[in-house]
Amino acid sequence: MGRLRRVVDAVRWYVGSLMGDHDYRRYVEHMARTHPREPVLSESDYWRGRYADQDRRPGARCC
Amino acid sequence: MAVTDERADDPNITYLRTDPDLPPVAIVDRSPMTVGKRILFAVIGLIGAVAWAIIALVRGESVNAVWFVLAAVCTYIVAYRFYARLIEMKVVKPRDDHATPAEILDNSRDYMPTDRRVLFGHHFAAIAGAGPLVGPVLAAQMGYLPGTIWIIIGAVLAGCVQDYLVLSISTRRRGRSLGQMARDELGAVGGTAAIVAVFVIMIILIAVLALVVVNALAESPWGVFSIAMTIPIALFMGVYLRFFRPGRVSEVSAIGVVLLLAAIVAGRYVGESSWGNDWFSLSPVALSWAIIIYGVAAAILPVWLLLAPRDYLSTFMKVGTIALLAVGILLVQPVMQAPAVSEFAWNGQGPAFAGALFPFLFITIACGALSGFHSLIASGTTPKLLAKEGQARIIGYGGMLTESFVAIMALITACILDQHLYFAMNAPASVTGGDAAGAAEYVNGLGLDGAPVTPEYFEQAAEGVEEASIVSKTGGAPTLAMGMAETLQQAIGGESLRSFWYHFAIMFEALFILTTVDAGTRVARFMLSDGLGNLPGARRFKDPSWRPGAWLCTVIVCAAWGSILLMGVTDPLGGINTLFPLFGIANQLLAAVALTVVTVVLFKRGQFRWAWIPGVPLVWDLIVTMSASWQKIFSDNPSIGYWAQHRDFVNARDQGLTTFKTATSSDEIDAVVRNTFIQGTLSIIFASLVLIVAVVGAYLCVKAVRSGGLPTTEDEPVPSRIFGPRGLLTTPTERRVQKEWDEFLHDHPPGSPPEPATTGGEKGAP
Repeated sequence: MGRLRRVVDAVRWYVGSLMGDHDYRRYVEHMARTHPREPVLSESDYWRGRYADQDRRPGARCC
Repeated sequence: MAVTDERADDPNITYLRTDPDLPPVAIVDRSPMTVGKRILFAVIGLIGAVAWAIIALVRGESVNAVWFVLAAVCTYIVAYRFYARLIEMKVVKPRDDHATPAEILDNSRDYMPTDRRVLFGHHFAAIAGAGPLVGPVLAAQMGYLPGTIWIIIGAVLAGCVQDYLVLSISTRRRGRSLGQMARDELGAVGGTAAIVAVFVIMIILIAVLALVVVNALAESPWGVFSIAMTIPIALFMGVYLRFFRPGRVSEVSAIGVVLLLAAIVAGRYVGESSWGNDWFSLSPVALSWAIIIYGVAAAILPVWLLLAPRDYLSTFMKVGTIALLAVGILLVQPVMQAPAVSEFAWNGQGPAFAGALFPFLFITIACGALSGFHSLIASGTTPKLLAKEGQARIIGYGGMLTESFVAIMALITACILDQHLYFAMNAPASVTGGDAAGAAEYVNGLGLDGAPVTPEYFEQAAEGVEEASIVSKTGGAPTLAMGMAETLQQAIGGESLRSFWYHFAIMFEALFILTTVDAGTRVARFMLSDGLGNLPGARRFKDPSWRPGAWLCTVIVCAAWGSILLMGVTDPLGGINTLFPLFGIANQLLAAVALTVVTVVLFKRGQFRWAWIPGVPLVWDLIVTMSASWQKIFSDNPSIGYWAQHRDFVNARDQGLTTFKTATSSDEIDAVVRNTFIQGTLSIIFASLVLIVAVVGAYLCVKAVRSGGLPTTEDEPVPSRIFGPRGLLTTPTERRVQKEWDEFLHDHPPGSPPEPATTGGEKGAP
C-alpha cells in the first residue's frame, strides 16, 4: 500500500508541476524570500499577469 | 570563484561551494565507470547491433516492429552516455557553480529554476508537434530502411547536437533567442538575414501544417465536428481558470480531456445524422477559410481565453497519445508490410513527394532527425527555466532523442499498413482520380508485393473508419491515424473501436496543429511588428499593447500563410506534393542557421579541435538543403523543378490549351503558373538568405582561426546559490548533497536574507 501511495503521489506531483499547479505557491515563497516587504499578488492576479506576459511576448511552438 | 571541498570519502569527487555558509552547489564527479556499468553498456550495445543487423539484412520475410524499437532505444542510450557526454566534456563544459539565467533573473514567471524532470516534460511538449509524425509517414514511400537510419543516426549526430548546443549557448546569454544571438554573433548582415529567414520560414510552416489539417478533415463531418468542439471546450476552460478556480490547471485539463473524448464519441452520431452531414461536411476550400478566420480570431483573442487552455489540452493529449502508441506497438508487435527499400528511393517518382532519396528523404523527414524549429525553443524559452548548466544535456540532447523516438513510431505505423492502402491514401487525386476505382487501377500498376486489390477494398477500408473515402487523403495525418487505428484496435477494443481510434488520432494531430497555427501566428506577428517598428515614423508598432498595430500585423500574417494554404488546397498537382518539400527545406535551412551560430561561437571561443561536432552536421545540412534547393530551382524535370513546371504551363497557356497534364481547365493552368512562380520564388529567397548566413559564418570562423579566437557575447558568470542533480536519475552523491540542502533549508526558513532559492532540486518531490 505504502509503495502504491508513493507512486500515486509522484505522478500527481509530476503532472501538477508540469501543468503549473504549484507555480503560485512557488511565487509566494519567492516573494517572501526576495521581496519580503512588497505586497504579494492574489492567485487570480498572479495568473492574469502571467497570461498578460504571454500576450506581450509570445512563445514559439514547434512543428 | 568556487571553493573546492574535497572530502576524504572519495578522491574522485569534488564538492564546489560558492558560499562557506551554504552546502555545496555543484559536484564534480570523476569516478571511472564501474565494471557493472561497463558490462551493462556492452550488453545494450550488443542488443542494438543485433537489432540493426536484423532490420538492415533480413529480406524476404517481414521484420517485426519490436526490432525497430530496440535498435532505436539501444542507440539512444549509447549515444546519450558516450557521445553526448563527450560533447559535454569537450565543448559545453558546464559549470554548476555558475548561476543560470533562471536563477539570476528568477521572477517566478518566465524565469524560474525548474526541476529538470518537469522541464524535460515542458521542453518535449514544446518541441514535439505534427512534424515528426507527418514527415516519416511520407518518407515511408521509400521503404522502411532509409527512414529508420536517418531518423536515428540523424538525431544522434545532428538534431540532438543542435538542440543541446543552442540550449547551452543561450543559457550563457541570459536565454537570448536565436535571432538575437545571430545578430550578436554574426553581425548586422548575417543577423538580419537570419531573422528574415525565421519569419518567412514560420509563414510556410503554418501554411503547410494547416494544409495537413485541411486534407485530414475535408468532407469528414465526424472529424470537423470533434475538432470544432475543441473551441468551446477551450473557451470554457479559459473562463473556468480565470474566474472560478485560478491556478487549478491539471484539474481543468482533466475536465477538458473528458469533454474532448466525449466530443469524439459524439462526432460519430453527428456524422451519421443528416443535419450533421449538412453542417460539417466542408469542402477543402471552405475548411481553409474556416482555419484562416480561426487563425485571425485566435491570435487577436487574449491568451488566457483560447491559446493557454488549448496548450494545456495539447500537452495532455500529446504525451498521452504517444505513450499509448508506444504501448500499442509493444503489445501488438506488428510486422512491416513495406519493403526495406522501394524503387521510389532511386527513381524519384514517388507519389507522396517527388525526388530521389538524396536529398529529398532528408528534407521530408525533417523534424524527426534534425529540426531547425527546435532552436527557437532551445533558445529564448527553455534556458529561462534551466536550473543548472549541467542539466542541458538531458533537456537538450535527451529531449530530441525522445522526439526521434516519436518519429520512429510514426514510421513504423506507416510501414505496417498494407502498401496498396498506403499508396492509395498518399497519391494525389490527380493520379488516383480521387475515387476507389481509380485508386485500385493506380496502385495495381505500381508493381507492389501481394495480390492486386479491387475498388471494394478501399471502400471497405473507408467504411471501417466511417469516412466517405480514404483515397488521396494526403498529408500524412490520415495515414498515421489509419496505422494507429490498426494497432490500437488490436491492443484495445477490437474492430468495434477502429473508427474511434482513427478519429482520436486525427483529433490529436489537428488539435496541436491548430495550437501551432495560433502560437505561430502570434510569434510571426510579433516579429513583423518588431521589424516594422524600426522603420521611420512607425515606432508605435514596437508597442505590443497598441491594438490597431497588433490587428494589422495579425491580418498581414494570416493573409500570408492563408494564401499559401489556399494555393496548396486548390493546386491541380496536389498541394502536399508541391508544398511539403518547401516546408522541409525551410525547416532544414533554419537548422543551418542555428548550427552556423553554434559553430561560430565555438570558433570564437577557440575550440577549433572540437568544432567538427556542430560543423559536420552543418556541412551535411548545407549540402542537403542546397542540392534540394538547386533541384527545386534548376531541375529540368517538371515534377521536381518548380521553374521547369512553370515554363511548361506558361507554354501551354500561350498555346491556348484548356487541358494540360493534370490541369483540366484554363483556370487550373493559370493556377499552376501562379503557384509554381510563388514556390520557385520562395525557394530562391530561402536559399539566398541561408547562403548569406553561411558565408558570414565561414568568414567569422576564418577570422577567429587567424586571431586564435574572438570575443563572444557570453555573460560574466555569477556564483550559484542553489543545487540540482544533473541526470534524470539522482546519483547517491547527489542524494547526499540534496539531503544537506533539505536540512539546511529546514533550519533556515525563507524570510531572512541571505537565503538561497529552494527549487532546482528535489524539494516538493516525494
